[in-house]
Amino acid sequence: MSGAASPASVTVLRGDPYHLGHSRDGHGESRATGRGTGGPSPKRIIVAYGFWIFILSDIVMFASFFASYAVLQGGVSDGPTGPEIFDLSRIAIETALLLLSSFTCGMASLALSARRMLLFQTAMAVTFCLGAGFVALEAMEFYDLIQRNAGPSRSAFLSSFFTLVGCHGLHVSIGLLWLLTMMAQVLAKGFRSDIVRRTLCFALFWHALDIVWVGVFSVVYLMGSIT
Amino acid sequence: MLGKLTLSAIPLDQPVPLVAGAVVALIVLGVIAWVVIAGHLPYLWREWITSVDHKRIGAMYCILALVMLIRGFSDAILMRSQHAVAYKAGGYLPPEHYDQIFSAHGVIMIFFGAMPFMIGLMNFAVPLQLGVRDVAFPTLNSVSFWLTASGALLVNVSLVVGEFARTGWWPAPPLSEVTYSPGVGVDYYLWAIQISGVGTLLSGVNLVTTILKMRAPGMSYLRMPMFCWTALASNLLIIAAFPILTATLAMLILDRYLGFHFFTDSHGGNSMMFMNLFWAWGHPEVYILALPAYGVFSEVISTFSGKPLFAYRSMVMATMAIFILSFMVWLHHFFTMGPGGDVNGVFAITSMIIAVPTGVKIFDWLFTMYGGRVRLTTAMLWSLGFMVTFVVGGATGVLLAIPPADFVLHNSMFLVAHFHNVMVSAVLFGAFAGYTYWFPKAFGFRLDEWWGKAAFWFGITGFVIVFGCFYWLGLLGMTRRMQHYDVADWRPWILISAFGVVVMFVGLVCQVVQLVVSIRRRDSLRDVTGDPWDGRSLEWATASPPPVFNFAALPEVHGEEAYWAIKSRAREQMRLREEPAYEPIEMPLNSPTGFICAFFSTLIGFAMIWYIWWLAAAGFLGAFVTFVVFAWRDTVEYEIPASEVAKVNRANRSTRLEALHGAGQRRAA
Amino acid sequence: MLPLLCGCQQHNILDAKGPVGAAEANILIIATIIMLAIIVPTMIATVVFALWYREANPRARYRPDWAFSGRIELVVWSVPLLTITFLGAIAWIGAHRLDPATPLDSDKKPLEVQVVSLDWKWLFLYPEAGVASVNELVVPAATPVRFRLTSSSVWNSFFVPKLGSMIYTMRGMVTTLNLMADQEGELRGLSTHFSGDGFSDMHFPVRAVSDAAFADWVKGAQGSGATLDRASYAELAKPGTLDAPRSFGSIEPGLFDGIVAQTVPPGPGPGGSGVEGVRPKGGS
Repeated sequence: MSGAASPASVTVLRGDPYHLGHSRDGHGESRATGRGTGGPSPKRIIVAYGFWIFILSDIVMFASFFASYAVLQGGVSDGPTGPEIFDLSRIAIETALLLLSSFTCGMASLALSARRMLLFQTAMAVTFCLGAGFVALEAMEFYDLIQRNAGPSRSAFLSSFFTLVGCHGLHVSIGLLWLLTMMAQVLAKGFRSDIVRRTLCFALFWHALDIVWVGVFSVVYLMGSIT
Repeated sequence: MLGKLTLSAIPLDQPVPLVAGAVVALIVLGVIAWVVIAGHLPYLWREWITSVDHKRIGAMYCILALVMLIRGFSDAILMRSQHAVAYKAGGYLPPEHYDQIFSAHGVIMIFFGAMPFMIGLMNFAVPLQLGVRDVAFPTLNSVSFWLTASGALLVNVSLVVGEFARTGWWPAPPLSEVTYSPGVGVDYYLWAIQISGVGTLLSGVNLVTTILKMRAPGMSYLRMPMFCWTALASNLLIIAAFPILTATLAMLILDRYLGFHFFTDSHGGNSMMFMNLFWAWGHPEVYILALPAYGVFSEVISTFSGKPLFAYRSMVMATMAIFILSFMVWLHHFFTMGPGGDVNGVFAITSMIIAVPTGVKIFDWLFTMYGGRVRLTTAMLWSLGFMVTFVVGGATGVLLAIPPADFVLHNSMFLVAHFHNVMVSAVLFGAFAGYTYWFPKAFGFRLDEWWGKAAFWFGITGFVIVFGCFYWLGLLGMTRRMQHYDVADWRPWILISAFGVVVMFVGLVCQVVQLVVSIRRRDSLRDVTGDPWDGRSLEWATASPPPVFNFAALPEVHGEEAYWAIKSRAREQMRLREEPAYEPIEMPLNSPTGFICAFFSTLIGFAMIWYIWWLAAAGFLGAFVTFVVFAWRDTVEYEIPASEVAKVNRANRSTRLEALHGAGQRRAA
Repeated sequence: MLPLLCGCQQHNILDAKGPVGAAEANILIIATIIMLAIIVPTMIATVVFALWYREANPRARYRPDWAFSGRIELVVWSVPLLTITFLGAIAWIGAHRLDPATPLDSDKKPLEVQVVSLDWKWLFLYPEAGVASVNELVVPAATPVRFRLTSSSVWNSFFVPKLGSMIYTMRGMVTTLNLMADQEGELRGLSTHFSGDGFSDMHFPVRAVSDAAFADWVKGAQGSGATLDRASYAELAKPGTLDAPRSFGSIEPGLFDGIVAQTVPPGPGPGGSGVEGVRPKGGS
């Protein structure tokens, strides 16, 4: 209960609880409690919360692509249908790579909070390799399809398939760029609190992409192969 | 090297756009030249362009909106004058130009007039009302603004380089597909909206985080001013709706650029899907614009009635009800595509239900005035004008939600009148009310009341004439977007509506004169205390204009109407609150990141429109490098020493104390 | 003199000439009256409250703390709610009864007319008589007409204001509309969905004639000799406007279904013209 706070914390609130980046080095946290009555939340909370909201909006965008895929799934025209083009074994490897990368990304977050540089950089590097493997496999899939005259302009089904899966792939690629940037930043600047916050946002982003992939995997590949 | 771009893209053979473009370019160059020669550039760069202060960014949003409103209004003048002369004749604007003009009018008014105005007001007022120092992500805020400006710039570039869309403000396929609109017009539309859409989305994320996570101590949700509630609802809508627009326009881009088949109606594509997706964004968009305006009216009516808002909690409920319902009505935009009785019936009822919370709001504003002491200032006049005219817009909205009525009114001038009645009455009047209300807070002096009232009376009279005629023209069966017509009984009403536009134009001139006159007479209009209207919420608790840190110490909130409580106590005790213990304050450093990003995004947009691939790639690289450079900086904040804070606050306290004693003596006498 | 007289109030939707339009105008008027009963008092109250409680009026009682009343709130929520419940019922019933696809009550067998919106022309096919007309719709009065509509390229919307209900025409899709003209007369129809540069000229005369006159018109058209086949359709579908209506004496079988299924190639559509496909041509 914030109402039953200790006298000491009450004094803090009477002062200036806003603490926009208040601390010795200018990147620190506020001590305010932030439950609506305690004043603004600490920066760590604000940043993560804001990024969560951004991820939600991103998921709405994916939802639009999912919806269009659902509508156009039957619009195969004279092109191939889903079961004719999906190579489930490749998709299984892709899924494994991505899920595994989420695990190593989690390891990186742990290393981050333990401020262990070597472990952090290693875990991030492994995450990068797994993510890059995923993107490479997906690019190969797309390349094969276009070679087999099953590119996105063949039918509405393929248009929506390429867009949905490609949008996820694009997100992963941007995530890879971000990942490299964070590795470089942590290496150059150390575990400064603003960089740590940014890295945690990256982790949120990466895990969110995993969740979206689970949707893509189930809706596009699994359900698509059944019909 | 330059893609599709050649010299022939510039309309040297067409006087109208060329002259218009040349005039605009001359004005812009003139202003830039004046700024440079007079030596204002360093000041502008330091204090405005790179500013991450929410007040400055809010003001810049509103300035952008005002400029674009004038641009959009000139399109309206062109359309009305074309109709005035195009009876059984071609008029002076050939269809290929007229079509661009009505498309540009809609796009500019909605995306670059109404949106920035509302976002600007929210940006300016919300952190002040919440009693905090800035929004959650100040630099991101600057990025949002400059991306919006970048989109506006691209729309204006289309005036002289190439063309604008000829499809209406919502580019419905198949007309907007590359087969039927091979020009760059639709591409201008798509990239301008995508770029500014990213800006809007980020600003939505920013304000939602601010409202949910950063409020002065004691400011629980049900103590927030009404404007913060409507801002919250509006920005939640942005977060939920704008990604749909981004995805939809991305699909259209893929169709146009890479031959995809989302909306082509061949190879399995489905143009109906565009309608569904677009209006799944489009109807919430109406409330993204209208809700903040409702918030402005709530603040203005309560302040100038000298009373708390009537039934505050009921208003909160109504606001959130509108927020949710706005996602359940999109299908009423295509009752006339034959969805069948059941579907039409369901969406008719959901659409009508929105009228319930809206009606509640109107009645609650009415009872806010009841028992009040109403001051008929300009801001209050705009609000009253809204209440009187908006009920007609609401009623015709309910009318159009009845499918059989829509079957004969859809796409007619009646529909045009309806949505202008909603957009102008609510959003534009709200924008002007908010502009007049918060102007002294932003710049430290009030706007001239006489010219403001003149602008109001001309504006509302012209508005009633124009759209009254439009309603009637709709009943006479006139449809929208006609470049010429040959029906005799439409003619008189079209001529009267053209006269109405002249009256509105006089109102616009008064609005401009008001600004000029007020700037010249700013010393006599000065707001010394920071509380010119006897306000009730926290923005009036600080100086006008507020210091960069807004509040010397964050105010503590003990109930609704935080500042009213503080002020009442001061009046009872005839003394101010005790001085806070001053502490140094750290504020974010200014950053050119937003401006530079927008520069690169303009390049990307322009390059994509003209198929200049290398330039687009360079733009992406530039934007990425900008972000990395931003992320790499070591100093992100600067400290304002406690003595400085104390000096600023004491200056304001002394004027407030003087005013308090002055009022006390007047009461005693 | 006659065309001048017919010209007046040609499109007035409140002065309907058919059962559908009349029912719709009726709903329009009823709903308007119901809402006026609410909005007019509200508008008056707004002005009265603002003026009575103005600062300068010493007789108005100032109650600075009065900000809630449960009774008023009850009224405030129930008035709109009851109104909307009532109007919602009208909307629900109306949406079903006046659904464009619902056949009209009549002893006569409906006449089938197939409609294709072309780039800036309207094509009407009469499958039973085997004739077609462009930019002129002739229907027998007091006989229900069942329209089936599609488009050759971009969207349009078919609307005869005095008969009621408009409906969209969309490529690859068929919409259905049932209308009837009560009496003989000259009406006008138009497109209400923007379809490109020639959109403003997409209006057409609608002639509701007696059964005998309709039979005569069909005979006249059949005698005209021209055949509407794929080739002449393709010619017709090219963008442009038409000065005078045309008619065809016979139709290639299955043409309409072919247009819907897009086995007949779609029209080239608006666009195309312009300076290197970048911006429109200059001059008017």
